[in-house]
Amino acid sequence: MTLTYEDVLGRYEPVFGLETHVELGTESKMFCGCSTRFGAEPNTQTCPVCLGLPGAMPAVNARAVEDTIKIGLALNCSIAPWCRFARKNYFYPDMPKNFQTSQYDEPLCVDGYLDVDVDGQNYRVGIERVHMEEDTGKNTHVGGATGRIHGAEYSLVDYNRAGIPLIEIVTRPVPGTGARAPEVARAYVTALRDILRTLGVSDVRMEQGSLRCDVNTSLSPVGSGAWGTRTETKNVNSLRSVERAVRSEMLRQAELLDAGERVRQETRHFSEVSGDTRPGRSKEEATDYRYFPEPDLVPVAPDPAWVEQIRAALPELPAARRARLRESLGVSAEDMVQMSNAGVVDLVGETVEAGAPVDEARNWWLGYLTQKANEREVDAADLGVAPGDVARLVALVADGTLSVALARQAVDAVLETGHDVDAVVAERGLRKVSDTSALERAADEAIAADPDAADKVRGGKAAAVGALVGAVMKATRGQADAAAVKQILLDKLGGGV
Amino acid sequence: MTELTALTAAGTAASIAAGDVSAVEVAQAHLDRIEAVDGRVHAFLHIDAEGALRAARDVDARRAAGQALGPLAGVPLAMKDVVVTQGLPTTAGSKILEGWLPPYDATISARVKAAGLVMLGKTNMDEFAMGSSTENSAYGPTHNPWDLSKIPGGSGGGSAAALAAYEAPLAIGTDTGGSIRQPAAVTGTVGAKPTYGGVSRYGLIALASSLDQAGPCARTVLDAALLHEVIGGHDPCDSTSIAQPVPPVVAAARRGANGDLKGVRVGVVRELAGGGDAAAYGGGGGYQAGVLASFDAAVHTLRELGAEVVEVGCPHFEYALAAYYLILPSECSSNLARFDSVRYGMRVGDDGTRSLEEVMSLTREAGFGPEVKRRIIIGTYALSSGYYDAYYGQAQKVRTLIARDFAAAFERADVLVSPTSPFVAFGIGERIEDPMAMYVNDLCTLPASLAGTPAISVPCGLSDGLPVGLQVMAPALADDRCYRVAAAFEAATEQFRPPAGVLA
Amino acid sequence: MPDPIVPPRISRAEVAHLAHLARLAVTDDELDLFARQLDIILTSVARVADVAAADIPPTSHAVAMTNVFRPDRTRPSLPREAVLAGAPAVEDDKFRVPRILSDEA
Repeated sequence: MTLTYEDVLGRYEPVFGLETHVELGTESKMFCGCSTRFGAEPNTQTCPVCLGLPGAMPAVNARAVEDTIKIGLALNCSIAPWCRFARKNYFYPDMPKNFQTSQYDEPLCVDGYLDVDVDGQNYRVGIERVHMEEDTGKNTHVGGATGRIHGAEYSLVDYNRAGIPLIEIVTRPVPGTGARAPEVARAYVTALRDILRTLGVSDVRMEQGSLRCDVNTSLSPVGSGAWGTRTETKNVNSLRSVERAVRSEMLRQAELLDAGERVRQETRHFSEVSGDTRPGRSKEEATDYRYFPEPDLVPVAPDPAWVEQIRAALPELPAARRARLRESLGVSAEDMVQMSNAGVVDLVGETVEAGAPVDEARNWWLGYLTQKANEREVDAADLGVAPGDVARLVALVADGTLSVALARQAVDAVLETGHDVDAVVAERGLRKVSDTSALERAADEAIAADPDAADKVRGGKAAAVGALVGAVMKATRGQADAAAVKQILLDKLGGGV
Repeated sequence: MTELTALTAAGTAASIAAGDVSAVEVAQAHLDRIEAVDGRVHAFLHIDAEGALRAARDVDARRAAGQALGPLAGVPLAMKDVVVTQGLPTTAGSKILEGWLPPYDATISARVKAAGLVMLGKTNMDEFAMGSSTENSAYGPTHNPWDLSKIPGGSGGGSAAALAAYEAPLAIGTDTGGSIRQPAAVTGTVGAKPTYGGVSRYGLIALASSLDQAGPCARTVLDAALLHEVIGGHDPCDSTSIAQPVPPVVAAARRGANGDLKGVRVGVVRELAGGGDAAAYGGGGGYQAGVLASFDAAVHTLRELGAEVVEVGCPHFEYALAAYYLILPSECSSNLARFDSVRYGMRVGDDGTRSLEEVMSLTREAGFGPEVKRRIIIGTYALSSGYYDAYYGQAQKVRTLIARDFAAAFERADVLVSPTSPFVAFGIGERIEDPMAMYVNDLCTLPASLAGTPAISVPCGLSDGLPVGLQVMAPALADDRCYRVAAAFEAATEQFRPPAGVLA
Repeated sequence: MPDPIVPPRISRAEVAHLAHLARLAVTDDELDLFARQLDIILTSVARVADVAAADIPPTSHAVAMTNVFRPDRTRPSLPREAVLAGAPAVEDDKFRVPRILSDEA
């Protein structure tokens, strides 16, 4: 018998937490001057430091520290007055020194929170810490059937990614979200991503791995007051997957608990294909990381004046921006929820800022563009249509250059080609036919071709004009303005008001 | 042995600058000397005759072109093999790095090259600088030129022996717990450990990062000071490097050479002046009587030079050995993790069936010697959760207490003195089976290592015909005080230098 | 202050575990030798616990410094030939290593 989600919630209270890794968008790596550019030829962005050559020593990237403080401040954290890097010791071939230089018990930012909104309800997610560390290299597994680590004959290592600044953002366990746990988890990552993007500290591209999530999930029997054993699900690399991972772990753990079994504290991996989680390495992994303070680096002790300077220079954050947008756009709370759920609040705001009226902007983003995003299974923000494009379309419709139908064709063309609106309009010759003599000729032809309909209109049945309008539109291949065509026909047939 | 190899570094540089001799002649004389004696001494692991002559020709060409030369231009130098040299084998005395040709230069390698020094080759050392006798080198021991059956000290025994055998007038050493000073003491040469952060560590293969410090080795105090000023100073590649000018050590050495120490307060550290500590470790008795006699005579000499001698107590020094042998293995267990058969160095057992973990473990087992493995295992233990606070954490607190003892002592004295080593050079093979007996060698040098303060060893006498060293310690950043006092002492006691006729 | 340590006797099994953590394929003879030597060494170094140091800050850097940063500027990386030159095995411009997982994994 398979449990339903409702069954789970009837008996268990979910608690989740997230550890999010963000690659900063600095020019150079965390501890050396190698470039962080994505997609370079293997092992071309490496040096003695990030290769862990004997004798090499790290030097901290100032911008990475500043960016981390920005993130901490944006997440309402306190900035530690004094903290150190530590070495986390374990052997793995993608880690050149066989220790990771990371902050351990002295993170740079602590005790913050992030408020997220799901269907108009606010949830406060506690932030335990934001700390600095370095990314690892990348292993490719060769041989075996799947190219996966299991069954591989050998592996190949590229250290270009090794040493890229990595920021880990750890939430406190989040209880009390009930049925909405999966959505709140997703909303948190969405909100975090928006903040990071607004701060300009990362390109936050989950598909390229610059934003990666580990999701912790546990269940406790309703009313028990005790938290259950948690699992850590790794490899959760899209917003949708965050939601699916929490949900599937809730179902899996509930089945175990219902059967009187224990949930094992373990690392699991999320499968994008199946949508469920699988156990990680079965072998008991050594977890004694033998942390100690990194003796090659000196403590970080941000001057409070510097922190305040960074705080003062923070851009307007998404939450404040949304509040301001709601105010200035004058949209209803209901619209705001709708826009928020569709992930288009900022897009609407930016479209308005680019000159479009609020209603037009909202209708485009909630309507045709959301439809396209859903078809393509991407977020509206990643669709590939910029707010500026939308504002331009609205303007072209308003000045009569395009009909709404033509504007939609323009969107399709933008999605196909990646060109901007003006370019696709020019390339495809998208232009409403506004030459009245041409329209009048078409109207005369339509009247001649359908005398019955013409008579009905002349007889006062104005609705019958629809058939004639359709004929004109067809003859002009949709490039005419339907309203203008209707007016011309009514004028000719004298049936108008 | 020719006149050219008997010169001091300062004298050599002056002769080259004056055109009395070419840098190539000087380099060739030293290469010939190495050829003649190193088969017996084994100070060098790698000799770079071609590179040395090329560098020497470059100095001669620059002089001929009328360009200004640095104060040590054309002077030959022996480089400890723990310092990374681009394109020159760098093994740190270990099999695991055999054949590795570094693609970069350590900051001090770059600095000595830029200053026109002529690098003769790389010197032998205890594997990864772990040891006090150079017997832990994977490439065989170095012999003390004073008595080839004796150890030359360690870990930098190769650098010290090269100086004592007149194979080079200058050498680079590194000192984590005494690896510059103790070899200097037992070979009758001069070795200085600068203030921690005074010389860049970038490109030093790390043993214990919070203690390691490179420094100059020479046969005279002035020569050491000249080399100190070449290699010292801030380096942005080493985040622990001090962003201040190098203390004026050359001026201090010259001033000291006038033999006047009036107004200088010299503190004799009670705990390092022959107390029973060495015996407390169960490993080989206290200070040798001859060492104590030489030290007492040295204190007497300092008094004669005008110094005011006081006795100071440093009660926490007795914990230095224990703290050191927790901090060092802990840090080295992490520093040596990178030798894993993936990016460079040895790989053993990769037969296509074994996993990476197995190959790594076989490689490290085969590539590291017993002392290295022993310390890695101790360090792994000391850093383990559950032991960290009691071991590494507590040892770091002991460092603070030792630094406070120093601070209190320096209220009453400008410099502190002690024997450099409780013993003179012992026989090769005599102590190798007993790690604790070996560790006691470091008794006198460890406090300055743990506090990060500067210290120098200068010859102060002979015991049974073997050299004894005097250690002079100063507060952090006051390296110049060490040089001034050592130079004054040296001026009064030149008879303790290695005899020019050694290994004739 | 940490509890005074009574150094536990180091068993062969414990040395074996430490050797595994440190990736050292030690021999049986070494297990015996190291277990014996570790006992002696740890007994000696355990004296650090005799110092009352509860309120003493640890020293990890001899000369106190903070905020040593470098500007976020790129510097040339090593040429790839130099990067790969010392590697025991290379394929497709990457470092080749034996399979990462053991059989029992």
